[in-house]
Amino acid sequence: MQESPGQFAIRVHDLVVGFRRHIVIDHLALDVRRGEILGLVGASGGGKSVLMRTIIGLIPRQEGEIEVMGAPIGSHDRATRSAAGRWGILFQQGALFSSLTVRQNIQFPLRENLVLSGELMDEIATAKLEMVGLKPEDGDKFPSELSGGMTKRVALARALALDPAIVFLDEPTSGLDPIAAGDFDALIKTLQKTLGLTVFMVTHDLASLNTVCDRVAALADGKIVAIGPMRELLQSGHPWVRAYFHGKRSQMLQPKAS
Amino acid sequence: MATAPLLTATATGDVLELRPGGSWIAANVATLERLADAVAPQLDHSGTVKLDMAEVRELDTLGAWLLEKMSRRATSAGHRADVVGVSDNYAGLIEEVRQVNRRTPAAVPPRNPIVAKISDIGRSTIGASEDVTAFLQMLGSLCIAILGVLRRPRSLRLTSLVYQFYRVCWQAIPIVVLITFLIGAIIAQQGIFHFRKFGADSYVVDMVGILVLRELGVLIVAIMVAGRSGSAYTAELGSMKMREEIDALSTMGLDPIEVLMLPRIIALVCALPILSFIGSMAALYGGGLVAWFYGGMRPAIFIARLHEAVSVTHFEVGIIKAPFMALVIGVVACSEGLRVKGSAESLGKQTTTSVVKSIFLVIVLDGLFAVFFASIGM
Repeated sequence: MQESPGQFAIRVHDLVVGFRRHIVIDHLALDVRRGEILGLVGASGGGKSVLMRTIIGLIPRQEGEIEVMGAPIGSHDRATRSAAGRWGILFQQGALFSSLTVRQNIQFPLRENLVLSGELMDEIATAKLEMVGLKPEDGDKFPSELSGGMTKRVALARALALDPAIVFLDEPTSGLDPIAAGDFDALIKTLQKTLGLTVFMVTHDLASLNTVCDRVAALADGKIVAIGPMRELLQSGHPWVRAYFHGKRSQMLQPKAS
Repeated sequence: MATAPLLTATATGDVLELRPGGSWIAANVATLERLADAVAPQLDHSGTVKLDMAEVRELDTLGAWLLEKMSRRATSAGHRADVVGVSDNYAGLIEEVRQVNRRTPAAVPPRNPIVAKISDIGRSTIGASEDVTAFLQMLGSLCIAILGVLRRPRSLRLTSLVYQFYRVCWQAIPIVVLITFLIGAIIAQQGIFHFRKFGADSYVVDMVGILVLRELGVLIVAIMVAGRSGSAYTAELGSMKMREEIDALSTMGLDPIEVLMLPRIIALVCALPILSFIGSMAALYGGGLVAWFYGGMRPAIFIARLHEAVSVTHFEVGIIKAPFMALVIGVVACSEGLRVKGSAESLGKQTTTSVVKSIFLVIVLDGLFAVFFASIGM
């Protein structure tokens, strides 16, 4: 397949991130194509969230380059802040502003970045709420009144408020029951199709890796050790990847081969 | 890549043809809203509205919603609206937007302002009585916890108690000394300045001594402790409540009152008399220095006058109040901490309430003590 630079939403090249002497990300390279859903797996504490936070500029890097939608990303500089309109982030715990209602949470990025009438802002907020499968009445609730699944949906609606080109999801289905997790996966897939999103998803959920991700990248020892569609990763020879996908827990999910 | 959005409207006979073009995206919202508002009146009069989207370069939810709103307006006026020329890229988005905002949530009927006011007053009255209940409840649970500790002295968290004492007493000494020193100095200066007019400047010593030992020393220190340690207690317990740490404690069969609150309150009850004593001494010292340098009264004379002016009774009256004030501050701080709910805002609100309420109660308590001591002739 011919790959031109314009095809990539995120390009990470030779990235090194560490805290004092402890190196977490070690000369890592990763390209995310436009319009794909990329799942990132890795050991707990292995640097998945660090990689995601470095890409969005929350953690400074030691070496390497990061480009998001063709623009280089520094840490906390003006270029990164202006790039912020082009991505939306779903944090693991939702990170909703607890003193604002659900509707105000969704309107917050709109209010800060655009000049638009109150009426239109309400309509857009309700539209986003309905797109993530919530009811317009839920807009008046406060984050403390929401269940785990609803919190994730509202956080997704807020991440999508400005119609970003890329959404970063940090363990979107953790803490949800299998049915809710399945619904959430389906929602991500639908929204990705309708809005043409690029999705960068950190997850441990084997089911969502299998059903929604176009490609899966495995992070071990600070490097991407395998990347490709799920069936390629299942055949990967890397010991950690084998242990991850062929361990006891993942075997339990598969029907017994006769 | 983004281009300026356009909207051309051509009316041929009964048909209004709308041709949006360019980038219909959120970044252009100001222009888009203007364009949409400009054609809005025409939508109500034309028989058929034809929306030709062939020239739309970019489209996002916001742009799609504005276009959908136009076609909805035409439909609701009883006309026909056709959407044509939708590119495959955006068909899904247009379809999705067509489903949203169909049902407006039932508007809440506005309340009668007079009724609302009365209901607010009622609510706050009930709230005030709940406050009293919460205070008494906390005091009761504290007594039960103390009885439990008396029965099993080993269950007292000594490490925690010592640590809390270190925080509320030892670390508070510098600021308490500084502030009470200044207050003592200011009282002495004012006294000398005004008493001098009728030649009574030597009575300044009586004023400083009695005022500081009976009232001001303990009151100022109690107010400072309420602001310094009471607020810290409320914020600590509140954030522990938010993160379910207190629930975790009770599920392990431990009593949060005994584990968290008892050491804190005992530390405060021990600390406040000590701080009041140190504070009173600092205030007298400040007063003495001002009397010497500003009033020209030699330290030996100041001390001799002080000896005549104050008795141990004055000191007792002041210091007896301290543990009770500490108890009030501690109980209020802990019970407000436990009333914190999920949000960051509620933590801030409860901390403010804790400080305001404990300062208020400390002053009320001081008034009650004044009445009491006056009636027993102390």
